[in-house]
Amino acid sequence: MTDLTKLTLADARAKLVSKEITSVELTEAHLAAAKASDKLNAYVTLTPEIALEMAAKSDARIAKGDAGPLEGLPLGVKDLFCTEGVRTTACSNILDEFTPPYESTVSANLWADGAVMLGKLNNDEFAMGSSNETSRFGPCLNPWKASDSDADLVPGGSSGGSSAAVAAHLALGATATDTGGSIRQPAAFTGTVGMKPTYGRCSRWGVVAFASSLDQAGPITRSVRDAAIMLGSMASHDEKDTTSVDIEVPDYEAALTGDIRGLKVGIPKEYRVDGMSDEIEKLWTQGIDWLKAAGAEIVDVSLPHTKYALPAYYIVAPAEASSNLARYDGVRYGLRVQGDDITDMYEKTRAAGFGEEVRRRILIGTYVLSAGYYDAYYIKAQKIRTLIAQDFKEAYEKVDVLLTPTAPSPAFAVGEKVNDPLSMYLNDVFTVPVNLAGLPGISVPAGLSSNGLPLGLQLIGRTFDEETLFRAAGVLEEAAGYSAEPSTWWNEA
Amino acid sequence: MSENKNLIEGATGPWEIVMGLEIHAQVASSAKLFSGAPTEFGAEQNSQVSLVDAALPGMLPVINDECVRQAVRTGLGLGAKIHLRSVFDRKNYFYPDLPQGYQISQFKDPIVGEGEIEIDLKDGSTKRIGIERLHLEQDAGKSVHDQHPSMSFVDLNRSGVALMEIVSNPDMRCAEEAQAYVKKIRSILRYLGTCDGNMEEGSLRADVNVSVRRPGEELGTRCEIKNVNSIRFIGQAIEYEARRQIDVLEDGGKIDQETRLFDPRAGETRSMRSKEEAHDYRYFPDPDLLPLVIKQELVDTLAKELPELPDEKKARFVSDYGLSPYDAGVLVSEKASCDFFEAVAEGRDAKLAANWVTGDFFGALNKAGLQIESSPVSAKQLGDLINLISDDTVSGRIAKEVFEIMFETGDDPAKIVEEKGLRQVTDLGAIESAIDEIIAANPDKVQQAKEKPKMVGWFVGQVMKSTGGKANPKSVNELLAKKLDL
Repeated sequence: MTDLTKLTLADARAKLVSKEITSVELTEAHLAAAKASDKLNAYVTLTPEIALEMAAKSDARIAKGDAGPLEGLPLGVKDLFCTEGVRTTACSNILDEFTPPYESTVSANLWADGAVMLGKLNNDEFAMGSSNETSRFGPCLNPWKASDSDADLVPGGSSGGSSAAVAAHLALGATATDTGGSIRQPAAFTGTVGMKPTYGRCSRWGVVAFASSLDQAGPITRSVRDAAIMLGSMASHDEKDTTSVDIEVPDYEAALTGDIRGLKVGIPKEYRVDGMSDEIEKLWTQGIDWLKAAGAEIVDVSLPHTKYALPAYYIVAPAEASSNLARYDGVRYGLRVQGDDITDMYEKTRAAGFGEEVRRRILIGTYVLSAGYYDAYYIKAQKIRTLIAQDFKEAYEKVDVLLTPTAPSPAFAVGEKVNDPLSMYLNDVFTVPVNLAGLPGISVPAGLSSNGLPLGLQLIGRTFDEETLFRAAGVLEEAAGYSAEPSTWWNEA
Repeated sequence: MSENKNLIEGATGPWEIVMGLEIHAQVASSAKLFSGAPTEFGAEQNSQVSLVDAALPGMLPVINDECVRQAVRTGLGLGAKIHLRSVFDRKNYFYPDLPQGYQISQFKDPIVGEGEIEIDLKDGSTKRIGIERLHLEQDAGKSVHDQHPSMSFVDLNRSGVALMEIVSNPDMRCAEEAQAYVKKIRSILRYLGTCDGNMEEGSLRADVNVSVRRPGEELGTRCEIKNVNSIRFIGQAIEYEARRQIDVLEDGGKIDQETRLFDPRAGETRSMRSKEEAHDYRYFPDPDLLPLVIKQELVDTLAKELPELPDEKKARFVSDYGLSPYDAGVLVSEKASCDFFEAVAEGRDAKLAANWVTGDFFGALNKAGLQIESSPVSAKQLGDLINLISDDTVSGRIAKEVFEIMFETGDDPAKIVEEKGLRQVTDLGAIESAIDEIIAANPDKVQQAKEKPKMVGWFVGQVMKSTGGKANPKSVNELLAKKLDL
């Protein structure tokens, strides 16, 4: 029998519908792979009973001819999504053993369409990080290793568990969230596809908040088609999230026509940053050539305020986070460390509950919102945000999509940057402007570095034009012909 | 500026008090500002708490449109500018009964801007008080400190309940004006049905900003007295605080800007926190909520549907019913009284109705210490009594007797009149024979009456006495004039 975990989500769907395989078989194969992958530390909670029960129900529905769009397909869920009756921690000690009595809208949409939940996936604490090293459960490791070193590499972050699990075939796909690149950068680091849709496309209801004006859920998968299928189920208008948008969810899969003739692809010159490696530069040029060869027209564009994006992001995101995380106070749920009085209890609880990076961002956020600093930091950052959105708007008068690298480097070693926040933050330089402008962006695996590590290219689209983005991404994927797989060094089976 | 008659004489000369008020009014709405949880008062602790109110992870606020409409109605009732675009901000601070760690409020862009109301003062004069703004915000929960020796409990039933904060200009100059202002706001809110105005249940509370200055000089440093929850206490708190500030200044000290609490038992205000200890609330626009945009058509529709407000009612009572401005003012000041009066007056002599409501009825309520809501006499019953006067079934004097019995027993007037035999005698024959008897028995008085026609009053009294007060006074007068040949 073929290894069922090698299937793409689209292939598995076809085999389920044709009854070639059952969801229980498919789910068991993924559970077995997940159980043998402790070294990766991708899953923080595995839910085999729930998975098998859901799989059996899916098989029954398939038998009745009653299959949903994702019927029987086993998926992993980032631990930032609240899952009813299943511990949800955002990989922070402050949430302790918190078990939500409710299901996030995005995950509920997946289950309603027949998907099967394998478990909860590792991430940076409260999604704050670019390496998945700030998790309370310890770092998640990248399934990939460099050809010239045995060092453990990071899977990117914050959705490192999602990217690692998908790259290592521990799930057909996974939910992820992206505040400044947390879907696309891990996808680039692990040779997977990561899609961050337009802000407002997926409901934020039931997703532990990091920075409310930037957070957006999306899928990580092993193909562009799989991402299109998954996003089609994740996306919805939700009355419980007033920032979600009441626009019908198109058939994203149908957008994968493979035809981009006449598509105008912009190349923003400001993304040619100092210190970008030659191989990233080369890959980018390669990507341009592939799209040109497919009939796209390449246009040089300028996004003049790009250099202010990272500083603006590291004001806006911590500001919102400092307020969003105020609710974790030990009073109602999660961790409580008793103190002599209420202030002492707050201080002890939050000191014990939050890790160093989260504390750093709470402090930054509190500082930039403080009286006397608000105008100089927060207001200025908001103005920059408007200018960045304006840059994109002007670019989209000339082009349909933009092509850039996803990250300035391939995956780095565990421990390499964790004590150097600034160099860690620089990982987000190509992804952050997209969040500030609320645009959709997708990372597509496009090649390997000289030492055999995956590299990704990013396509950025117009607001709510995920279809064009998927279409272009599909062509890029096809042209790249990326089929590399990591060795299964972690497998204990 | 007109001269202030309300100066306070200090040891070193006169002082003027300057006050502005922030009124927190709970929006009358079945659900909270950003969640569907109910808002009923007095429910079991923590029984009206949604996931949003308890600030569970990933929960998001969704604006309750009814609260928005209530705020717009209130703005219109205050004659204020309605802002079609307003913004919700987060006011950040830690407190156990504030689950989110921030209060959602409106800071820079409130839903309602400047307006003005007229307050009625005891000497019959009025004064215009400017409204600076009205904004919507969430209430916090309640910390309960007396249930456990070392722990506090938290009740989140109020958490997330919609409040309107109505901020006045610093236009008030004495405690009476501040009290009249709160009464007027409460009255307007009740007429609009946007807040029940119940201060005991905390539906309406006021923060009073007090400063003092020498007349004509710059504004002094103010102190804010928080959460005063009765009109009487507002008066006491102001009197105390103004006197305290004057004493400090006259002793050569200076006023520190601070937040103070009024202790009703001690009748004094006490420092709660100084300006240095004041929170830095780190306001910023709530990223979970888009700016609140309302359409002009909504405002127009709500304006059209607005009920008649106290000032309009007062003018109408004066012009249509011929009531004195004073009587009209008394009647409209409380919506409950006004509703009662209008029910009594409907289809009847309004002047007579007004006299009864403001006279005997209010008098009896006051004496019994009752609110109009718990009156033993209903508007219908009082109306019935007035009918009995108008159709000559009873005289005005007997009616007062009947009313007293109604107030004691809650019985209908017709029943009382029947049972006690108080029906007015309009039988001319009976009155005539009573008059004849009295004339026959008092020839000296008859003689005196011929010389001094005012003596007829003595005869009227005698006739009433002999008929137990039931004789129709008009008939008695007419017959007496005839019999005595006056």
